Amino acid sequence: MPLNGEHLGMKLFVDDRDAENKAFFEFCGRGELRLQRWKSNGLLSYPPGAGSPWDGTPDYGWDAVEGRGTVVSYCEVHHAIQPAFRDSLPYHILLVELDEQRGRPTEHEALRLVGNLVTPDGELAPPEVVASVGIGTRVRAVFRQVGEDFALPHWTVDEAAEQPSAPWRYQGT
Amino acid sequence: MTQGSLKDVESAAPGNLRDKYAIVGVGETAYTRDSGRTTRHMGVEAVRNALADAGLEPGDVDGMMSYMVMDSTMSPTIGADMGMRLNYYMDVLGGGSSIEALIGLAIGVIEAGMCNTVAIFRSMNGATGARMGGSGRVAPAISGDGLFSAANGQTSPAQIFAHSFMRHMYEFGTTPEQVAHVKVFHSWGASNNPKAYYSQRVTVDDVLSSRPIAYPLHLLDCCVETDNATCLIVTSAERARDLKHTPARILSVVGRCMKPRMDMHYQHGPITRVAGYYARDILWPNAGVGPEDVDVTGSYDAFSFTTLLQLEDYGFCAKGEGGDYVSDGTIGLGGRRPNNTAGGHLCEGYTHGMNMVIENVRQLRGEVDDYCPLGPDGRRQHTYEYSEGGCRQVRDCEISANLGWGMPNLGSALVMRKG
Repeated sequence: MPLNGEHLGMKLFVDDRDAENKAFFEFCGRGELRLQRWKSNGLLSYPPGAGSPWDGTPDYGWDAVEGRGTVVSYCEVHHAIQPAFRDSLPYHILLVELDEQRGRPTEHEALRLVGNLVTPDGELAPPEVVASVGIGTRVRAVFRQVGEDFALPHWTVDEAAEQPSAPWRYQGT
Repeated sequence: MTQGSLKDVESAAPGNLRDKYAIVGVGETAYTRDSGRTTRHMGVEAVRNALADAGLEPGDVDGMMSYMVMDSTMSPTIGADMGMRLNYYMDVLGGGSSIEALIGLAIGVIEAGMCNTVAIFRSMNGATGARMGGSGRVAPAISGDGLFSAANGQTSPAQIFAHSFMRHMYEFGTTPEQVAHVKVFHSWGASNNPKAYYSQRVTVDDVLSSRPIAYPLHLLDCCVETDNATCLIVTSAERARDLKHTPARILSVVGRCMKPRMDMHYQHGPITRVAGYYARDILWPNAGVGPEDVDVTGSYDAFSFTTLLQLEDYGFCAKGEGGDYVSDGTIGLGGRRPNNTAGGHLCEGYTHGMNMVIENVRQLRGEVDDYCPLGPDGRRQHTYEYSEGGCRQVRDCEISANLGWGMPNLGSALVMRKG
């Protein structure tokens, strides 16, 4: 069965043949963040793909990760292109480095996941929360249910983590 | 781990075609925000103008190429409207970073004996037709890769590239004021270019007080989408000798060179590194010159920040010093190495890279179309007086570099010399 979902009025769809993406989002639908771990080198990768990004080999399993990490860059959107986001400005697109596998296999690599900044219950974060998050903020994954067995992973401020006194934020206007 | 390792290109090997090919003709339509016509109509006009510029007849061109994002007219149609019988054509998918790559391919097909002379065009209704990142008017179901981007409100180039820009500010202290200078200096060139869509000079304050689009980008940090067609003609240096203008000799080309990991440009770090970091090791050895030898640059300005990142990674300044380089006067008219002297995508018009190559061809000829008076021979008498409404010709311009951008992890480049 293909996955069908809806998020902020946008139709989402995962074809049956798109096996890697389908598995990823089905795990999300169960509240699990799982990534491909490649048999040849033991490394995790993101986003899902048909071969190991390091050596092209085909064999992998799905391993759960904790889903905690640090914001390493972000885009604060003030002009929405998609109608779905026009009522939620500004919103954050966060680039999050997971704690797992940071600096591996080389110092410049990491598991860098993209998602929106949301409230703990998965709604796009309000402006005052957007204004408090920047590079260095510790976040954890939350899942926004968009259909049956289908969820999108997003990020919320990790209440349990030690936070930087002031995350780095864009200083312009 | 050999992930993403590049095979060494045999720079300066006997097969190197440095100096053996040239751009001999350039042409374009007006840059507008409402062409009111088809890409076919505009494409034919641009090709016709490039032929006239070169002093060629339609029958002299037997190869044609174009690039598009499913938004244009293909070569056989344009060729037919021009009365050409083509021995070769190829229309490829792509936007920014395509033109330099196609110039390299044109050299290859001529060298292979497949045809003699190639016209390369890009015709697009970039303002009123297909828009990069979508217009928001039509929203098909999101699937595949889009589930990791569009589902997060990440569709436009500004939203996708911002991670690289923001990280650069964080790591190197690059300031909004420094970045805004790119727009300021490009507007200087545009003010001396009768073709430019935006010909007003702007200030740093104008840029920073324009409305925010996606931090760190303001409206004036973003290029102006326009409707237009552009064309250039590649042939052998031998044939170039009989044509109208001093040819722009091609010293070196890099085509769609990439960082490791195409899937998401920030997966392989440093996040602030762009494809030029890899491309430069092909570009400069093949050209036989280095950044210090270059008189004028055409660093792709989809955004102010893309210009900065490329100039840095191609070696025009040290990594992290791009903010200083673009703001200290170097890249402005009258500076040591002006960039995008016609105004680039930020001011002249949006062509997915072609207009920056066209401008550098004219710079190398010493014949940019500024406001300087025409002499008795019909040529511009350049004053090298760069105030608004004056000259934009770079003095003693011998070597140019074009740095094409597709994504932070995808770039093409071209070095040319006068001759």
